[in-house]
Amino acid sequence: MKGLKIAVLVKQVTDTRETVEATVGADGTIDRNALPAICNPDDLNALEQALRIKDRIDGSQVILISMGPQRAEEVLRDGIYRGADEGILLSDRRFAGADTMATSYALAMAARRISPDLILAGRQSIDGDTAHVGPQTALWLGWPQVTYAEQVTPCEDGSIEIRRVSDDETEVVRTTLPAVVTVGGSGAAECRPSNVRRILEYKKQPVTVWTADDLGGDTSRYGLGGSPTQVVESRTIVAGHKDTEWVASDENSLSEFVARLVESHIVE
Amino acid sequence: MIFCQTRDGALSEVGLELLTKGRRLAAETGGELEALIIGGRTAHLAEEAFRYGAAKVFCAEDERLKDYLTLPYVRIAKHVVEAEQPDIFLAGATSVGRDMAPRLAAELGCGLTADCTALELGDCSYRGNEYKGVLKCIRPSFVANQLTTIISPSTRPQMATIREGVMAKEPLGKPVQGKCIMVDTTALLKKEDFAVSIIEKTARERGVDLKSAKVIVAGGYGMGSAENFEVLFRLAEMLGGEVGATRAAIDAGYVGGYERMIGQTGITVRPKLYIACGISGQVQHTVGMDKSACIISINCDADAPIHRIADYAIVGDAVKTVEHMIALIKNNRR
Repeated sequence: MKGLKIAVLVKQVTDTRETVEATVGADGTIDRNALPAICNPDDLNALEQALRIKDRIDGSQVILISMGPQRAEEVLRDGIYRGADEGILLSDRRFAGADTMATSYALAMAARRISPDLILAGRQSIDGDTAHVGPQTALWLGWPQVTYAEQVTPCEDGSIEIRRVSDDETEVVRTTLPAVVTVGGSGAAECRPSNVRRILEYKKQPVTVWTADDLGGDTSRYGLGGSPTQVVESRTIVAGHKDTEWVASDENSLSEFVARLVESHIVE
Repeated sequence: MIFCQTRDGALSEVGLELLTKGRRLAAETGGELEALIIGGRTAHLAEEAFRYGAAKVFCAEDERLKDYLTLPYVRIAKHVVEAEQPDIFLAGATSVGRDMAPRLAAELGCGLTADCTALELGDCSYRGNEYKGVLKCIRPSFVANQLTTIISPSTRPQMATIREGVMAKEPLGKPVQGKCIMVDTTALLKKEDFAVSIIEKTARERGVDLKSAKVIVAGGYGMGSAENFEVLFRLAEMLGGEVGATRAAIDAGYVGGYERMIGQTGITVRPKLYIACGISGQVQHTVGMDKSACIISINCDADAPIHRIADYAIVGDAVKTVEHMIALIKNNRR
């Protein structure tokens, strides 16, 4: 089988799963600076699928693409330590304020420069949670898309077979290449850890940075200007619309409480 | 315009919920409600959409569309949207809607807001611009305990996907005398739209049915371990209920299976009784359960936000308290 050139889209996110009391302010908002910045979990699942293809087919190549500020190169380096061949960071003030539409446009323009056979991406990010970027990148490139994939397997005839999960079913689908596939979910294999030898080898190698000028395309589609959605308000939810009854956890109070629950048929 | 997904040859629940919401939005603006149904056989489903107030129902039926496929579905939706130019386009935030809507939005150059839990029409000022009668799409944001309002004021249609179960579905007493318009799929669809083919399809075991559970005992990260989760299963079994969990608890491996996940990226439930154990009450979780009829919260942190939305709040160790409750319920039943 001929080696595949695979681009993997990765995003640096704040690890909101690590939210503990210490990081939540009195108003209920999270202190994001107190949380670690990590590679989005689903993106690591996508990387693992790419690396498995590389293991299987000689001559395959895995290229990471991320958009973000300079420090997002951490996730590219992390991916290289795990086995990716190179990383490209799209970083430019003109990309700032991008919603999923403008982000996917920049990613698609970068992919066009690399012309991969296959793009793998995480199903969704834990900070935005939209699951838009994969399908929208596919649209800009005019490629087919397969979402909610757990496993990606190249076939002899040059197509790929994908196991995916929908709300009600598990499907096996086949698509021609090039295509965009988003990976994630509990059935997707975890990503292999960093390799010590690779850390030593690539620690000092700089990652490639591309700006809007490098990407070309329609520059009005980048950043805030290319973003049709606008966040107009973020409001902290102040709960407390209910008259909460406080129940003490000692023996007697609990006993009296449970008796009341049973009596009022809340518990049957 | 509402994209009504089909499920087992009928309109899906979320489609009916969105038709109900769409009918109200249309009434507010003096507009009209339209539905789009795509599938193997769909013409007979128009009646159901009329019962929910759709004045125009676009039906695309084609044997090749029996199962959802991104490219032909997006092609058809784009065609109908461009012809009808609706102000608003809504789809369910299901695995189908979340696959189709983003591609359609980019195809149309329109703004899309994912996973909304509320929709409102209203005026908005933003960066010195005034927008009249725009669709405010409200969704829980990644910063915990925040609700974010997103608008797409300059592009039409304004698009959103909406969580299943958050809007109530209500048929009309009398169906509207609507029009059913068939879409010519033969003329529209191209060979390359079938680049992806389904080889095999198996229904997933739905062992856990949180949606119809009357009682849900849910655990969060605060439960601390898989062993501690066992006590929740005992209580749930005793009450004839199911065990649910927060994303943090599932990610931590305390309980298996995302089918138990309640909240923003999981499912939305409205049981008669919801017992939240070791759950702090981040908005990502509470949007999926705050409409429960009765909420009991058990958390050792008196300041945990979950207590504020609870009917009964118990400040205490979740494992010990639940064990205690199990014993007490047993006694009360005797």
